[in-house]
Amino acid sequence: MFSLELLLDAVVLGVMVGCFYAAVSIGLSISFGLLDVPNVAHPALLVLASYGAWLLGDFDIDPIVAGFIMMPAFFLLGVMLYRTYHETFEKRGSDAGVRGLAFFFGIAFIIEVVIIMRFGVDQRTVQAFYIGKSIEILEVRIPMRMVAAFVVAILLSLALTLYLSKTFLGRAIRAVAQDEAALRLMGANPVAIKQWAFGIATAVVALAGALLIIVQPVEPTLDRAYIGRTFCVVVMAGLGSMSGTLVAGIILGVAETIVLTMFGASWAPAISFTLLLLVLGIRPQGLFGR
Amino acid sequence: MTGRGVWFWIGAALFIALAVALALVVRNEYVFFAGFVILQFIVLATAWNILGGYAGYVNFGTSAFFGIGVYTAIFLLKAFSAPLLVQIGVAAVVGAAMGLGIGLLTLRLRGIFFSIATVAITIIAETLIINWKFVGGATGVQMLRPPVTPPFDSYIKMLFVVLAILVVIAVALARYVQDSKLGRGLRAVRDDEVAAESCGVPTLNLKLVACAISGALMCAAGAPSAMYLQFADPVSAFNLNYSVSALAMSLIGGTSHWIGPVLGAILLGSTQQLLTVTISSEINVLVLGLMLVLFVVAAPEGIIGLVRRLWRRVGKGSP
Amino acid sequence: MSAALLRVDKVSKRFGGFTALQDISVDIRPGERFGLIGPNGSGKTTLINCISGALTSDGGSIVFDGHDVTRLPAYKRTRRGIARSFQVPRPFRTMTVLENLLVAIDFGVESHGLSGDQATAEVMAILEKIGLADKARVSSGQLSQVELRKMELARAMAARPKLLISDEAMAGLAGAEIDEVLDVLLKLNGEGITVIMIEHIMQAVMRFSERVMCLDAGRIVCEGTPAQVMDDKRVQEAYLGA
Repeated sequence: MFSLELLLDAVVLGVMVGCFYAAVSIGLSISFGLLDVPNVAHPALLVLASYGAWLLGDFDIDPIVAGFIMMPAFFLLGVMLYRTYHETFEKRGSDAGVRGLAFFFGIAFIIEVVIIMRFGVDQRTVQAFYIGKSIEILEVRIPMRMVAAFVVAILLSLALTLYLSKTFLGRAIRAVAQDEAALRLMGANPVAIKQWAFGIATAVVALAGALLIIVQPVEPTLDRAYIGRTFCVVVMAGLGSMSGTLVAGIILGVAETIVLTMFGASWAPAISFTLLLLVLGIRPQGLFGR
Repeated sequence: MTGRGVWFWIGAALFIALAVALALVVRNEYVFFAGFVILQFIVLATAWNILGGYAGYVNFGTSAFFGIGVYTAIFLLKAFSAPLLVQIGVAAVVGAAMGLGIGLLTLRLRGIFFSIATVAITIIAETLIINWKFVGGATGVQMLRPPVTPPFDSYIKMLFVVLAILVVIAVALARYVQDSKLGRGLRAVRDDEVAAESCGVPTLNLKLVACAISGALMCAAGAPSAMYLQFADPVSAFNLNYSVSALAMSLIGGTSHWIGPVLGAILLGSTQQLLTVTISSEINVLVLGLMLVLFVVAAPEGIIGLVRRLWRRVGKGSP
Repeated sequence: MSAALLRVDKVSKRFGGFTALQDISVDIRPGERFGLIGPNGSGKTTLINCISGALTSDGGSIVFDGHDVTRLPAYKRTRRGIARSFQVPRPFRTMTVLENLLVAIDFGVESHGLSGDQATAEVMAILEKIGLADKARVSSGQLSQVELRKMELARAMAARPKLLISDEAMAGLAGAEIDEVLDVLLKLNGEGITVIMIEHIMQAVMRFSERVMCLDAGRIVCEGTPAQVMDDKRVQEAYLGA
């Protein structure tokens, strides 16, 4: 039976899951939301980072620490991806849409298959002192792994919001999203700034991927479910809005957990996609968009 | 009919005659198992190109249409024991309606939003089927083939010939769209939608027509799959590989001419068959992804573009 | 009372909290040469977007040739006879100049009943008039700036318009090129086509227009003959930002 108690459970858990969704989406919020790069490979990179954290787990490295360790490598990967994208599509101008999308779609696909070939299709999990235990918040039992992910997610969102509003480079990134031509007139190089920003966005994915494998077992095709979740959050937030990302993540998280408790797990994958379609259909500029 | 048109239809007739001859002469059934898949990919890639290539709207949802095609056939079979051609015909109608519906919902969206929306449709469709017990739910459903219609001596050969006819229909439609006023309008949409609208092009209507034709062909291509495998489950019917393949084959072949997707599908389809048999199915998916990235980066006009460039060079060499 | 070809009545347009146009009313007579000026961001392009249908206005009405077109999509307005060029040229890059114009004649003219050859002949006549005939088979992606500007006008003409809106068709052009484009517009007007010209190059607008309207911050500053407008203090203030 569905009761008020169950609803409260779902909401509390949903908020935590939602913050986690915000954390895995925030990189996309930069690369797609701010930079307008059709980065459909984002969820695949996320899963790749999860497998990285799993590998480092063999050396008794805590997954969150592993996330930080992988950041430089992911930063470089992001820079390389953007460079290729820029040189081959953005610069040529015409028809960047179709081929740029196909490019990232292909990259996502390659990552997925390489993971399958290297690690097989089995689910993978990691070990850490906070995994497996649980605590009680508002009389609701919450797994410690969720709490850990929740805390890191909040800190990550906060750090990025500060970075984008307080630092010189952060402001330049936001400026490039607004008006590339104006930035060029001021003597700044928009391409260099975008490249840096894409690097940051991808580095953030390293940590987010570590959170992912803390929260749930990971398999190679998990990225497909996260296409829905990440794009839903970013579009619902209004492209490039960091605080919006957190709110949108929570809305999705709560919606998913409520449907999960009421109708069962088999409906879960469709929630984010349905929400995404609703947002696109009713308010494509997002909740906090211009 | 122009001279070119005559040659096209002669070629098409020869193609079907060849398919029938093969079915009547060749004993080895494996040829038809492999051939069926390649023909199916030709239909899917050709269908994808009508919206993706001509109008520039990247559809990631080929698998949604394909899967709905498969399950339309299964539903008709279970509910009414409908024959194969009815399954395909109804699937085409369902696909066209689905294309219109999805189009109305998503074709106002710019580039990537449309693409993501089509992924969404795929997952939602799959989830609906998973939760629909009548067609087998998540575990899938097994089917028996009805007796084969003469002159064919096996069902798989008959499916092969049916697919060959479907290929001709698909390619003829694509060719018609390309050469017609509709095709010119779609190209205008692809190049610059705002300018197209200001030239009097009813952009939304044209995109809807393209999406409906494309969807009808994709669903029709999916329908015979139920009888081909005699089994279907949501995960394989809505497999994202169909989306990637259709897109990759079109882009690799070249999107500007109907021959592009056909070439791409034949080339990649047969490579895939070879790799799946000789090495593993993962390797073939990897090759597909690598080829796609390689081509969009290095040969944006696909095989057609490469051939044209070669042609021009040869032309210059011998005056 | 001579009926206006285009009657814009109290048209407004807002973007979020920003008011881009506020109660704009203006009548354009058939065959008139009308100039629209104003500083950057004053709402000129927004106004013609509302007239041509690229944007839908939030308030007011637009009547063209006796029909209310306020809610019509852009392509239907084109078919009724409103054609335009764009501030930044928007060619169909993968098509030749000829094909660019064929799109406009095929879709912009309802049931023209022309055969393929006849349509091509009509398009070639337009290109001849505008001085682009030798570029007909060239891909539009390879045109120079002034050629692109001319092609935009030619493409607008192919839809057989009654009203042609030229949105800064001379921006970025040099002296002799400006005269070329100006000549083209005068020639078209001589054939009875009403022209609305938006331009930053004062000399060109003043030479071309019979009547000029100046916008600032989404409102009409003044309207009159070129000389009247040039002498108006408010216009000078708007441009000097005082």
